[in-house]
Amino acid sequence: MTVKAKNNKAIRPERWGFTESILSFIPGNDTFRTMRARNARHGVLFILPFILGFLVFMARPLIQSFIMSFEEVTLAQGGGLNEKFIGFENYKYALGVDPYYNMRLVEEIPRMLINSVATLVLSFVIAVILNQKFKGRTLVRAIFFLPVILSSGVLPGIESQNEFYNMMQGISEEVANSSGVNLSAALQDLLSVSGVGSGVFDVLFDMIDSIYDIVMASGIQIIVFLSGLQAISPSLYEAADVEGCTAWEAFWKITFPMVSPLLLVNTIYTIIDFFMKNDNRVMERINEVWQRLEFGHVAAMNYIYFAVALAFIGVSSLIISRGVHYYED
Amino acid sequence: MKTKTAAQPGDKAVLRAKNKQSGGYVARAKAKKALISLARGLLLFGLCFMIIQPMLTRLSTSLMAEKDLYDSTVVLVPRNPTLDNFRIVFDLTNFPRSMINTLWTTLLVSFFQVIACTLVGYGFARYNFPLKKFWFACVIAVIVIPPQTISTSLYITFTNFDIFGIFRALTGNSLNLRGSVLPYVLMSATCMGLKDGLYIYMLRQYFRGIPKSLEEAAFVDGCSTMQTFVQIMLPDAMPTVLSCFLFSFVWQWTDLFYTRNFLAIQSRPIYSTELSTIVSRMSRYFSSDASKPIIVPVGRQQQLISIGVLICCIPLIILYIFTQRTFVQSIAMTGSKE
Repeated sequence: MTVKAKNNKAIRPERWGFTESILSFIPGNDTFRTMRARNARHGVLFILPFILGFLVFMARPLIQSFIMSFEEVTLAQGGGLNEKFIGFENYKYALGVDPYYNMRLVEEIPRMLINSVATLVLSFVIAVILNQKFKGRTLVRAIFFLPVILSSGVLPGIESQNEFYNMMQGISEEVANSSGVNLSAALQDLLSVSGVGSGVFDVLFDMIDSIYDIVMASGIQIIVFLSGLQAISPSLYEAADVEGCTAWEAFWKITFPMVSPLLLVNTIYTIIDFFMKNDNRVMERINEVWQRLEFGHVAAMNYIYFAVALAFIGVSSLIISRGVHYYED
Repeated sequence: MKTKTAAQPGDKAVLRAKNKQSGGYVARAKAKKALISLARGLLLFGLCFMIIQPMLTRLSTSLMAEKDLYDSTVVLVPRNPTLDNFRIVFDLTNFPRSMINTLWTTLLVSFFQVIACTLVGYGFARYNFPLKKFWFACVIAVIVIPPQTISTSLYITFTNFDIFGIFRALTGNSLNLRGSVLPYVLMSATCMGLKDGLYIYMLRQYFRGIPKSLEEAAFVDGCSTMQTFVQIMLPDAMPTVLSCFLFSFVWQWTDLFYTRNFLAIQSRPIYSTELSTIVSRMSRYFSSDASKPIIVPVGRQQQLISIGVLICCIPLIILYIFTQRTFVQSIAMTGSKE
């Protein structure tokens, strides 16, 4: 960041204010003819598709649905909508009346939180392992990236969305638990009997049971961490080795701080990914309500959900950005 | 430590002598190394197996006849192998037509997405203009905002589509664009399609790494802005652009959200929506009398769903095998220049 600012200063010492910015887009004045004004115009032309798209297909619908979340919306004949202002009723409905929404929200959030942390840890560990030299490394990397393709869009959850199947699976799980075949359940019993704090283990066993979901969600994160690891210069490790650093110390003093900026990127990506997945049960509920054409309720539910996601992203990036170490060449 | 054993591979006698000299250090180091690589191998094998196993199971169940499903002695290898199941799923998902529709829609959409995102990414990376930071914050917002939040209003926008009331003035009525490809093409061409914010970010990261002098040299030689972009920047950026195209192709191929809301209609089935509603069509398909739907056994339902998933995945996996390098490298580049 600092480096960039310095460069800019070297190229153009004077700062442009509001007037220059406007003038550079109006032909027939001195500012308009400068190289910098020309560049500004071309830059705006390049991003014009985005500006148009953002205004028409993002900002406007966003405002519209925000208004809708305070209205009772019904389909009118001929495709239009009847809207009636009802204040916070929709929010009250979402949080107080709807039988599933708040329950699922409360259930899903801790699960997503735990899964996000587990995803980050696992992808970091795997990236460290994949960064070592061993036979078949390319193949293993290719396989770990496969989930990016196999767990997108319609694919995750389509098999578990089948209600009959869920019922059957519940029964088979019960059978497995009672017959003692289920290893993690048996282990859980054992540990809870031995009197170790059971709350911690519950979380841990949740993680182990959802390891498949976690691995399927960590494709991109692994690659991002891996690229960060490969960017660390080997001379750092050599120096540490000469000074008598053990591998463990080198990991915490070199590897971890050097990769930490990517932790922020990955955290945000992971949280967004978990919040927007199709097999997410809050999303499922919202879709169900959407299919009943209760647009006002949907808008309110979406906004609550979005606010929660945003809060999570904000808090976690605040925490992480404090611990991040930026290496400057 | 490592160099000590690796530098002198020698024969066993030399090693043994060295081991004795160092008081068993060499042997211990070797054992430790072997143990670590064994543990690593086991861990990686386990995780890789976990990723691939569902696909293999799907493949084996897809070939089983219905009675094999209920036979508990049949686990992985089907006793009565049959391709009949595939025929059934083809019928259920409207196969050749839905796949062809998916293919051309996906290609069209990805094409527009990539062109728009390349232009925008280039603009953000190489030019300074007023409000640049604001617009880039908007790009980040596009990544973060779930499209579900705006689905209702988008739906309405496209059912009564109008540009500043022009159509209403001309024809007396606004256009209903829902069910045609046009809304989605419009969204992709303006960077508002599926995960477009991410592609803009990736391409911007790439273009930022190109030295300024290249641009200046082109300018001195009399290149116009467009010429610089097309003839100098674009050829080098092709791998990144291509990988964005691949990403958008893969994600669009399996996408349900946009497809269900804007694209799919009765006359133009799209594979992902067909797949998501496959169960509801099964009961009618299997009953001899169309008016009396029967309940299809759960095992059979699951089998047919997984065949559907398999059909969806096979083209993508083949594509991935050939382009694996491009995928992985592009992401790597995005990360390292953060």
